[in-house]
Amino acid sequence: MMEFFTTTTLGIALLVTGQALLVIVPLFVALAFLMYGDRKVWAAVQMRRGPNQVGVFGVLQSFADLLKYIVKEVVVPAGADKFVFYLAPMMTFVLALIAWAVIPWNPTWVVADINVAVLYIFAVSSLEVYGVIMGGWASNSKYAFLGSLRSAAQMISYEVSIGLIIIGVIISTGSLNFGDIVAAQDGNYGLFSWYWLPHFPMVILFFVSALAETNRPPFDLPEAESELVAGYQVEYSSTPFLLFMMGELLSVVLMCALISLLFFGGWLSPVPGIPDSILWLIGKMLFFFFMFAMVKAITPRYRYDQLMRLGWKVFLPMSLGWVVLVAFFAQYGAFGGAYARWAIGG
Amino acid sequence: MTVADIAFYIFSLTLVTAGLFTVVARNPVHSVLWLILSFLSASGLFVLLGAEFVAMLLVIVYVGAVMVLFLFVVMMLDVDFAELKAEMAKFMPLALLIGLVILMQLVMGYGAWESAHGASDLLANPITADHHNTEALGLILYDEYFLLFQLSGLILLVAMIGAIVLTLRHRKDVKRQDVLAQMFRDPAKAMELKDVKPGQGL
Repeated sequence: MMEFFTTTTLGIALLVTGQALLVIVPLFVALAFLMYGDRKVWAAVQMRRGPNQVGVFGVLQSFADLLKYIVKEVVVPAGADKFVFYLAPMMTFVLALIAWAVIPWNPTWVVADINVAVLYIFAVSSLEVYGVIMGGWASNSKYAFLGSLRSAAQMISYEVSIGLIIIGVIISTGSLNFGDIVAAQDGNYGLFSWYWLPHFPMVILFFVSALAETNRPPFDLPEAESELVAGYQVEYSSTPFLLFMMGELLSVVLMCALISLLFFGGWLSPVPGIPDSILWLIGKMLFFFFMFAMVKAITPRYRYDQLMRLGWKVFLPMSLGWVVLVAFFAQYGAFGGAYARWAIGG
Repeated sequence: MTVADIAFYIFSLTLVTAGLFTVVARNPVHSVLWLILSFLSASGLFVLLGAEFVAMLLVIVYVGAVMVLFLFVVMMLDVDFAELKAEMAKFMPLALLIGLVILMQLVMGYGAWESAHGASDLLANPITADHHNTEALGLILYDEYFLLFQLSGLILLVAMIGAIVLTLRHRKDVKRQDVLAQMFRDPAKAMELKDVKPGQGL
């Protein structure tokens, strides 16, 4: 029976499809409740009730929204490039989904255990900008086009510093595989062996860059409802809009997973003696999602020139300098080898 | 047919089709999008070859950075392509001549081609089993060809500085933003609170 799944073409296809569904279906269900949780957190901060009508305490609100999005009419603006107009939301959504293929849930549960996993994530997230540009251009509207240009420039700027921060972690680990990165954080001191301590300033930089990369407040300039009426999404309605929204939320959750895996030990337990489990990873992701929601609730929006200055003149030099520093620390085994945990090469 | 064979045919067919449409598409933005698709298929072929590092690099560098700039420019420029084509016809003989010269150079270069000693062995078995892709490339670049690697970096740096020097110009008549002055502005000096009596005004 096992031979069928590992040797024949049909078997491999079935196996991969099954694995993919095993990741996607729980992710979608979680997404619905995360959306609800997100809104409840903002509501609590702003002393409102938030969604409370559909289901007990409004927990089914996301499903009602889903139904509403799907049954509404799709409006295509006159003069829009129809093919690209429909391609853009699909691209955003699919790219946000395929990134999950390399995210490990515990040492053995991963759909694709490739040795360039970090680069793969980076490649996929660098493609995500196309959904935005294509959507803005195909809408044949000035608002959408300006919004998409802003958004694209922002995403590209912060990708650079995210990449450099990740390089610091890679230098310390000596591997591009998430499993190896988490394994390198497994030490005798529980949560003090994780990378957040040696790579401390970069954790904050990564979090802020992740906010900018996913167009979340305080960097939600593309959407800036007061001046740009939702930027590149302005002409979208119904299911295409839903795809954009789900794609954005999925990449937020992906960023939470990345922070947990890269800096906070993934599935490792924070106290020595308690067994490691997938629950730790999910708990950490939920915590960072809560942080994302809190940031949205309590910060005012940045101005565009401030955003660009922060990205290029503060984050980029800092993360670049950090890479050089980490390289020296790793080479000379500084701080008891906290920066040099590689198992290969060296 | 194995999975790899099917994937190979899908990727190569997409690559060729996308390349063709890059050339024949009427809308320049569509042309760029087709080019992006062909890059993606090419990276798929690299993965099938076992060069996953190069595949990812192709996507990150070309699709993620270069093509975004391309798309920016093409979208914002309002180019009249009929006019451009008429211009092009004028220079056709010159273009053909240049093409011919390059073709002859290629033929001459290929005629004088001589493989290095042991190159066929290397081609048959490019990476030793105990190294993976990224590590092997890193060892070659940073250990064996370190000087060349640094020199190429230097050339890129010079190109970057050159581009900045050529385009940067300070205009005296434009008011510039002083960020530090803005940040350290004192609210006490910038505004004044007045107690307005009812019915009197200021």
